[in-house]
Amino acid sequence: MIEIEKVRKSFGPLEVLKGIDLTVAKGEVLTVIGGSGSGKSTLLTCINGLEPIDSGRILVDGVEVHAKSTNLNKLRQKIGIVFQQWNAFPHLTVLENVMLAPRKVLGRSKAEAEAEAEKQLKHVGLGDKLSVYPARLSGGQQQRMAIARALAMGPSYMLFDEVTSALDPMLVGEVLDTLRLLASEGMTMICVTHEMKFAREVSDRVAFFHQGIMAEIAPPEELFGAPKTAELEKFLAATH
Amino acid sequence: MFNYSFRWNQAFQSLPDMLQGALVTLEVAVLSMILGILFAILLTSFRLSGNRVLRGITTTWVEVARNTPALFQIYMAFFGLAGLGIAITGWTQPHLGFAVDLRLSPYVALLAGITFNNAGYLHENFRGALKAIPDTQTRSARSLGMSAPQAFGYVVMPQMLRISFLPMTNQFVWAILMTSLGAVISMNSDLFGVTDNLVKINFRTFEMFAIAAVIFYVMTKIVTLSARLIAARLFRY
Amino acid sequence: MFETAMTAKDFWMLVQGAGMTLLVTAISVAIGTVVGVICGIFRFQAGPWWAIPVTFVLDVCRSVPLLIQLSLAFAFVTAVLKLRISGFSVACGVLSLYTAAYCSEIVRGALESVPPNTRRAGRSLGMTWLQDMRYIALPLASRVALPSWIGLSLGVMKDSALIYVVNVSELMKSTKDLITRLQEPLFLLLLCGVFYFVISFPVARFGSYLEKRWSND
Repeated sequence: MIEIEKVRKSFGPLEVLKGIDLTVAKGEVLTVIGGSGSGKSTLLTCINGLEPIDSGRILVDGVEVHAKSTNLNKLRQKIGIVFQQWNAFPHLTVLENVMLAPRKVLGRSKAEAEAEAEKQLKHVGLGDKLSVYPARLSGGQQQRMAIARALAMGPSYMLFDEVTSALDPMLVGEVLDTLRLLASEGMTMICVTHEMKFAREVSDRVAFFHQGIMAEIAPPEELFGAPKTAELEKFLAATH
Repeated sequence: MFNYSFRWNQAFQSLPDMLQGALVTLEVAVLSMILGILFAILLTSFRLSGNRVLRGITTTWVEVARNTPALFQIYMAFFGLAGLGIAITGWTQPHLGFAVDLRLSPYVALLAGITFNNAGYLHENFRGALKAIPDTQTRSARSLGMSAPQAFGYVVMPQMLRISFLPMTNQFVWAILMTSLGAVISMNSDLFGVTDNLVKINFRTFEMFAIAAVIFYVMTKIVTLSARLIAARLFRY
Repeated sequence: MFETAMTAKDFWMLVQGAGMTLLVTAISVAIGTVVGVICGIFRFQAGPWWAIPVTFVLDVCRSVPLLIQLSLAFAFVTAVLKLRISGFSVACGVLSLYTAAYCSEIVRGALESVPPNTRRAGRSLGMTWLQDMRYIALPLASRVALPSWIGLSLGVMKDSALIYVVNVSELMKSTKDLITRLQEPLFLLLLCGVFYFVISFPVARFGSYLEKRWSND
């Protein structure tokens, strides 16, 4: 379970999170929508401790992320994150990209890590690209590789930060299919996205962020069908 | 016009000595590169430390290395370190009752001078290479649970090595050439020093330096070619 | 801050040495640049086969220590050819060749960086090859080449410290002679180093400033 309590966060004079309260249960798929600068991506990077927070707290399975005593490297093994820019490691093959962290962080043997990596890459449809260097892959393939790389750590939670925003429109579908697959398998996911159709389909709940505040949160039919705030109405009108 | 009588045989008799000198040259170049890389890393950490004094040390070192002749740097190492040696020698006499003689040999001074030059230029190479690797690489490595040293060691450094490999090879060639400057501080065991000394005995100036030139040429070619082979094996992406 | 036995006359000797350094640098850079630009355009235009001689000279300049190049050239001219030529001329000759080799490489690279379509556009307007070079290719290429050329010139100035080997009393040699006489190595070296630094540092900074500014647009 991820519990977010009264989290505030500023970059200089700009307050990007103005007291967020949110709980994500095991097995839930939450999508987060909102305009740019609404703080939704920042929230994700705070959840796995890549960004510090100013006040409030975030608990993952009861462990406070930003407490001094927390071993972040250990905690991050539980929380996979995939970014808008896929960040393949260019000097390693696809298989080596996925094997690296399990070997070095979890201390898996080469054979174990290789078997796991192969399994995850097949899972995301890259079974035939194992020994290829990332430069030879399309953006969509690199993004799927990044997903496999995160999954190979055996995370309990997956965070997706606008994973389709930097892709050619033609390649968005294959990445969304991978996310759908994960959702159907019961992975706990938080997806920041601009794909409204996708959000409507896969989410258990949808949260709407506006200027650092979580303005609305509800199951998709309810949120998209009957927006309660003028901001959400405006946002939905603009995106359709 | 060409009534100069070439005496190649006489010059070639010195070849074994010169090849011995070439080994010393290579040795100094290799040591100065290893030390240069270590100091360049140290200077990089100074620059990134945020401490003004340490940053100042890096800036001064790098700018002096790049804006003065290598010959000056070797002189400076020779006289500067010699001065330090004399000071230590002078201090130890009355305090310890015996003298610790640290006056430098030309070998050490030459090595120090070339190392100083290498470190300055290599620091700039490393800086450029680090700049070329996006922060997001570290960020995604950290997000997979890697510690900061792991992220640097497994993700950033291999990429940095590729970018700075060719400039490092060039600096190595440059270090080989710089060993010839040892002549000014009476270094006489390296290739140039050996040649220069033999010329004073046999007076075959042209022949001797021509042979030395060919040896230098072959040495640098071997270095650049093997670097290219190593690079092709190491960096297949 | 230093107690020194240096007299005004000694100082004048250093100034003369510095003047010699600048003179040799200026002559070599001037000749080397003219030859280098011609060779560079030639290499760009004539393709790799014709470039082999220039490439070879460049290769030798990069692989043989300048000290040996100078000693060899001096021995060749005076002992083999038996010409009565001063060390100064030999120094200028070797450094000019050295500059020309590097300069041709810079010019060729810069010309190759000019997009062919820009040049085709010029030619399609009815410009001759010469007009295209004069008004389009060279002006664009010079932006790319100038920062490297500045670096090269500074390199030649620093490398000119080696021409002591053919008995030219430039700054480094004057300094060394004074050190032998006055036995004040650190003070004299410091003076000498400051001279090089004061010329090289601002020019190098200017070069990297140009590079940064011009690469942005």
